[in-house]
Amino acid sequence: MIVSFPPLAFILLFPLLGFLFNVFLGARRGRGAVNLIGPAAIFIPFGIALVAFVKLLTLPSGSVLSVTLWPWIYAGRFHADFALQMDALSALMTLVVSGVGAFIHLYSVGYMAHDDDFARFFAYMNLFALSMLTLVLANNLLLMFVGWEGVGLCSYLLISFWYTNAQYAYNGRKAFIVNRIGDAGFLLGIFTIVSALGSHGIWSLDFATLRDNIHLLTTATATTAAVLLFIGATGKSAQIPLYVWLPDAMVGPTPVSALIHAATMVTAGVYMVARMHFLYTLAPSAMELVAMIGAITAIFAASIAMVQPDIKRVLAYSTISQLGYMFLGVGVGAFSAGIFHVMTHAFFKALLFLCAGSVIHALDGEQDMNKMGGLRTKLPITYATMLIATLAISALPPFSGFFSKDLILESAYNSGHTGLWILGIITAAMTSFYMFRLIFMTFHGDSRVDSTKAHHIHESPQVMTIPLIVLAVMAVIGGWVGLPEGVLWGNKISQFLAPSVGNFTPVLQGGFVMLTGTSLGLALFGILLAWYFYIQAPGMPYLIAYQMQSAYNVLLNKYYIDQLYNLIVTRPLFWVSTFVLGRVVDTFMIDGIVDGAGLSVQTGGQLSRRIETGNVQQYAFVYVLGVLAIVAYYLYLVTH
Amino acid sequence: MNIAYSWVMALSAAIFAIGVAGVLIRRNILVMFMSIELMLNAVNLAFITLARRMGSMDGQVIVFFVMTVAAAEAAVGLAIIISSFRNRETINADELNLMRW
Repeated sequence: MIVSFPPLAFILLFPLLGFLFNVFLGARRGRGAVNLIGPAAIFIPFGIALVAFVKLLTLPSGSVLSVTLWPWIYAGRFHADFALQMDALSALMTLVVSGVGAFIHLYSVGYMAHDDDFARFFAYMNLFALSMLTLVLANNLLLMFVGWEGVGLCSYLLISFWYTNAQYAYNGRKAFIVNRIGDAGFLLGIFTIVSALGSHGIWSLDFATLRDNIHLLTTATATTAAVLLFIGATGKSAQIPLYVWLPDAMVGPTPVSALIHAATMVTAGVYMVARMHFLYTLAPSAMELVAMIGAITAIFAASIAMVQPDIKRVLAYSTISQLGYMFLGVGVGAFSAGIFHVMTHAFFKALLFLCAGSVIHALDGEQDMNKMGGLRTKLPITYATMLIATLAISALPPFSGFFSKDLILESAYNSGHTGLWILGIITAAMTSFYMFRLIFMTFHGDSRVDSTKAHHIHESPQVMTIPLIVLAVMAVIGGWVGLPEGVLWGNKISQFLAPSVGNFTPVLQGGFVMLTGTSLGLALFGILLAWYFYIQAPGMPYLIAYQMQSAYNVLLNKYYIDQLYNLIVTRPLFWVSTFVLGRVVDTFMIDGIVDGAGLSVQTGGQLSRRIETGNVQQYAFVYVLGVLAIVAYYLYLVTH
Repeated sequence: MNIAYSWVMALSAAIFAIGVAGVLIRRNILVMFMSIELMLNAVNLAFITLARRMGSMDGQVIVFFVMTVAAAEAAVGLAIIISSFRNRETINADELNLMRW
């Protein structure tokens, strides 16, 4: 049932107004106005989203709120409207984006309090909110792509926010270009779908139309389209092989890392796969690919996270790893489980980043965990909330991560992907290890803080701690909407999402206790290991790193993937650009055409100026010749 | 005494040709100017001849216009020549080349 619900448009309007205000008037109106309007531009949409969500709950299951704003593209028979829709999936994503986003905006007020460029910051943040909400509310694939590109742009703008640092600007460009590679795949996927459906007379990309007509595609076409779209997802959601931009994206302000590179934008790929679930179900081999990439990325990134010294980089690799879980979930057909993990991950990972930001803020920009330690007593709120988030990401009950991660692992096991399940539970152990390593290195033990910074360590102001507390509450209870089937109210979220992403009922098999027990046991093992290494025997990590130096270096240098890409992609590209395109094509062909155009005009002018002597008598002579010729012609006519 | 019209027309053409040749060949502006007058008068002669031949006054009327234009032209032209001579001390067309490339 489709219900018209015009207020949906206001969800986009307020971030747009906020963006316009901040970009044109923000710097002039001062910090007070920006600090009010920046967060308000996302808090109001959050309120509207809540209203819409409640309305959606009152309607029968499977209802869709929608509004068509204006006709957008009408080219031949193809048409796409600027239209929004909110079904269960969009509602959940909108709530997460606007809700988590709202509190991160609030946190930013405190975090950016000492930065002079606050207006530009909030302008970008509002623009991001606008793009991300467009992405999740779009009712067709093309409008979704607009949002998809918009968030990529904002990501670039915010990564290189402190653009005077050349390295930061470079990292921004890297993110943009890597994303562009993925987006090319996404576009090709759209083209594949359009041309395949067009040959059957379907010239629309509305999700509803796609869903009803997708069976017209052959398996081969569906697989091609699904894989191409997934390439887009690997770019945006930082999966192998296009994940390399995300760790470098950490140079942006920390609220940006929390909002864009943890909670919302990077989950766009998972959202897209869930949104296009009807396509993926038609292409089982593409699903296999998604699940495999997800699982491999999960363990790969987790292994790197175990040795990184930079607090934000640990979290970045952790994000990549968790995104891998989500793709594992959607890849094995548990679309609602993947989206469930998107939600819980948004809570606890945003919280982790904000806590890390609070630590960095307190230590005046220090990000190296080797120069932290013992902050537990000085930053009590940050410590408590970060511990909650860590317990959540380590998937301990009753914290939110437990329910979503377990649902994914269960689904992987029950769908027969035992190998991927094993990768998943090993990753779970690694996850709890590196997260508790982070906690222990940052908050426990002796202080290793530089003496210059030690004296002014302070807990963050309330405007920063309140978002931490709110998100901590959500990180605890957020998972309770998806209890295992048969426990209390059961898996509400999967039931809620079923109309959008297809029915999914994890069969509660006898192995449930075994599965949960195994992953839980491994998670606890990881925690114990971290405790032993970083509290009990602080010398151990160095000893192990020393004894397994080569393995340690491989991990520390992130498997040399950046260097590998540099060697096989960047260097050849530079070589081709410099020597083939620059020295040959540009010098001879492009310049040749341009210079040739000028030269031919010049030569023509030089030649024709000879006629224009400026001597009137010569002109008159030619004129007389002409007259004589005409007279001769007429005489000839008369006489013949 | 009646002279055949064709003779008069031939005279007119001859005078016109002399005028054209003068304009094209001579470099002295004053002479060129006189040659133009010559051409105008040749045309006048042709007009009058044809007017008489056709028994119409139109040609004679046109001649007055031509003479008016010629007088005006002489006034303007001579003024230009004098002022150019004052400035450049020459009336040789080849030397008045300020506007040429």
